[in-house]
Amino acid sequence: MSILVNKDTKVIVQGFTGGEGTFHSEQCMAYGTNIVGGVTPNKGGQTHLGKPVFNTVKEAVEATGATVSMVFVPPAFVADAVMEAADAGIELAVIITEGAPVKDMMYAKMYATKKGMKTIGPNCPGIITAEECKIGIMPGNIFKKGPVGLISKSGTLTYEGANQVVQEGLGISTAVGIGGDPIIGLSYKQLLPMFEEDPETKAIVMIGEIGGDLEIQAAKFIKENITKPVVAFIAGQTAPKGKRMGHAGAIVSGSAGTAAEKMAALEAAGVKVVKTPAEIGKAVKEVLS
Amino acid sequence: MNVHEYQAKQIFAEYGVPTPRGLVANTVEEAVENAKKLGGNLWVVKAQIHAGGRGLGGGVKLAKSIEEVEKLAGEILGMTLVTHQTGPEGKLVQKIYIEEGADIQDEFYLGIVLDRAKEMPVIMASTEGGMEIEKVAEETPEKIVKVAVDPTIGLQGFHGRELVFGLGITDKQEQRKFIDFASKLFKIYMDKDVELIEINPLIRTGSGDFLALDGKMGFDDSALYRHPDIEAMRDISEEDPDEREAGQYGLSYVSLDGEIGCMVNGAGLAMGTMDTINFVGGTPANFLDVGGKANAETVAKGFEIILRNPKVKSIFVNIFGGIVRCDRIANGILEATKKVDVKVPVVVRLDGTNAAEAAEILKNANIENVIPATDLLDGAKKAVAAAKGEL
Repeated sequence: MSILVNKDTKVIVQGFTGGEGTFHSEQCMAYGTNIVGGVTPNKGGQTHLGKPVFNTVKEAVEATGATVSMVFVPPAFVADAVMEAADAGIELAVIITEGAPVKDMMYAKMYATKKGMKTIGPNCPGIITAEECKIGIMPGNIFKKGPVGLISKSGTLTYEGANQVVQEGLGISTAVGIGGDPIIGLSYKQLLPMFEEDPETKAIVMIGEIGGDLEIQAAKFIKENITKPVVAFIAGQTAPKGKRMGHAGAIVSGSAGTAAEKMAALEAAGVKVVKTPAEIGKAVKEVLS
Repeated sequence: MNVHEYQAKQIFAEYGVPTPRGLVANTVEEAVENAKKLGGNLWVVKAQIHAGGRGLGGGVKLAKSIEEVEKLAGEILGMTLVTHQTGPEGKLVQKIYIEEGADIQDEFYLGIVLDRAKEMPVIMASTEGGMEIEKVAEETPEKIVKVAVDPTIGLQGFHGRELVFGLGITDKQEQRKFIDFASKLFKIYMDKDVELIEINPLIRTGSGDFLALDGKMGFDDSALYRHPDIEAMRDISEEDPDEREAGQYGLSYVSLDGEIGCMVNGAGLAMGTMDTINFVGGTPANFLDVGGKANAETVAKGFEIILRNPKVKSIFVNIFGGIVRCDRIANGILEATKKVDVKVPVVVRLDGTNAAEAAEILKNANIENVIPATDLLDGAKKAVAAAKGEL
C-alpha cells in the first residue's frame, strides 16, 4: 500500500519531448513508473522514449487510460496545461515547473478543484512511492520501501529526510514534495489523513518552512485526527523577517509565519519537533520504537 | 519587485485611482520647479525609497513656501533615511516626490494581498489609516475589514458594501466613491500581477473625496515577463548589489549577520543548514541556494560573493545531490579555489548522487583549507569549530 500512486498508476507527461521532460521521464521509467505516453502540441503521432505522443491531453487519456499527469511545461504555459489536464479528466497533476505566476496558479487550482482534479506543486520535486512509482525529479535510489510517509515543502530536505530514515534501517512508503509557492495543490491537511489511513505507513515526517500558515492548520488537524506519530522540522528558524528565502512563499511577513510559531503549534499538537534536519532520522526511529 | 511611491501613483493615475498631483525630482532645482508647476501654497516633500515608515524617519515634510520646498529638498535629497523597514544602515535618498498638499479629514488604510489560506485576493481596509497596519492587526484586529474576492466573479457590489459598511462610511455619495476607488485598485491588482498593494493613508478630504496619499506596490517576479512597463520601473539602486549579482548567476542569496558562510542546494536545505549551524552554537553569514543547475562557474561566483563579507570566518558547503551530481560540485569547488582566493576554511559535505566520486576528487586534489564532512551535523560542527580556529 501507499498513497495516491503505485506501480499500476498510468502516467502521461505534459511537456514530454522537451529537455527536462525527456530527461526526467527516462529517469522515472528506469525507476519503474508506468509512463504510458506524453503530450506535446504539434508532435502528436510521433513516438518518444518508446511511448506515443499526443497533441492534446484528451486524446492521450482516451488512448491510454492515464489518470495522472506529470507536468514539465514552461512557466508561462503551465496553468493552461494544468487546466487542460483537469478538463480531460486527469485525477492528479504533479506540477514540477518552477516560476509559475501566482495569478495563473490561482486560476488553475480553482478550475482543478471544480473538476475534481488533485494537484501537487508547482515548483516541487513530485511524488514517489518507494520502489514502485516515481513521478518527479527526486533521486530514486535514496527511497527504499518502509513504514514512513513524508510530506515536505522542500525538495532537498525531502532527500535529506528520506536518506536519514533509510540510514536508520527504516524506509519510505510514499514521499510527497508539495512545493513552497504561495499557492500549492495538496498540502499537509489533505495528505495527513491519507497517510493515517494507509496501513503501510506507521509514522509521518512533515517538513515545513517559514511563511503562510499551512503548518499551523496541519497542527490543528493532527491534534484532532491523526493517531500515528508525527515528526516535524520547520526550516528557517534563523531567517530574517521580510526577506524571501529562495521559495516564493518562504517569507515572514510582520510577525506571521515564523518558524517558532509553527514549531510551538506542532509541539502543542503532540508532534515531535526537531530543531535541525540532522535529527529527523533519529526522531523517527524513536517514535517508532 | 517593488516600485517607488511616485511610480505606484503613475499606475494609479492610469486606472483613474485619484491621487494628489505630484512630480518627481532628482535635484533641488527640479524640486523647486515642480513646486512652482503644481502651484498652490502647500506642498509635501517626500523621500522616494523602497521602505515604509518614511514619515517617522523624517523623510516626509510639509512646506508652506517655495523657499521651504527648496530647503527641505536640500535636506532630504542625499540623506540616509532610517526607518523600521530599512534596517539600521538606512537607505540613501536619491529621488524626492513633490506633491500638492491635501485637505485631510480622515485617514484610512486600504490594501490588497493574496490570502494564502483562501487562495484568492483579500481586500483589507481600516479606519486606522496612517498607523502601522501590522500593529493594528495585532492590537485591534476588529478594526480591519477583510473582504476576500473570488477573481472568477471579480469585485461585485456586495464586496463593496461590505467594505463601506465595515468602515462606517454612511454618506451615499461617499460610499459610491469609495467602492469605485476599491474597484479600480482591484483591477490594477489583477491586471498587473501585483503581489501587494497598500495605500496608507487613503484620505477623505473635506469635500468627501477619497485620495491615495501614499502608494506601495510589489509585483510577482514570475509574472514580470508579461509586464515590460512594470519591469521598466525597476530601480537597481534600491536592490542589494550582492543579491542582484547572485540572481544573474541563478543563485539565490540573502546576507545575514553571522560568521559562517553557507553554500547549499535547495532553499529548504539552505535554511535547514543555517538552522543547524545555529543549533550547534554558530551563526550563519548568509542564505545561499545554488539551485539545481550548479556548475563550476556558479560555485565560484558563490564563493566570491560569500567572501566579500569580511565577517565570514569559515564556509560550509552542504550539497545533497539529487539531479545535481556531487562530482560536478566537487569539480566546481576545485575550479573555484583556482579562480577565487579562498582564505578561510571550507567544510564540504557532499551526499547523494555520485558522492563517492566527489570525495575521491577532493581527496586527490588535496587542497589546503578543504575539510571533508560526513553528514549535515558533522559538517555544521566542523564549520563552527573552523570559524573559531579550532580545526
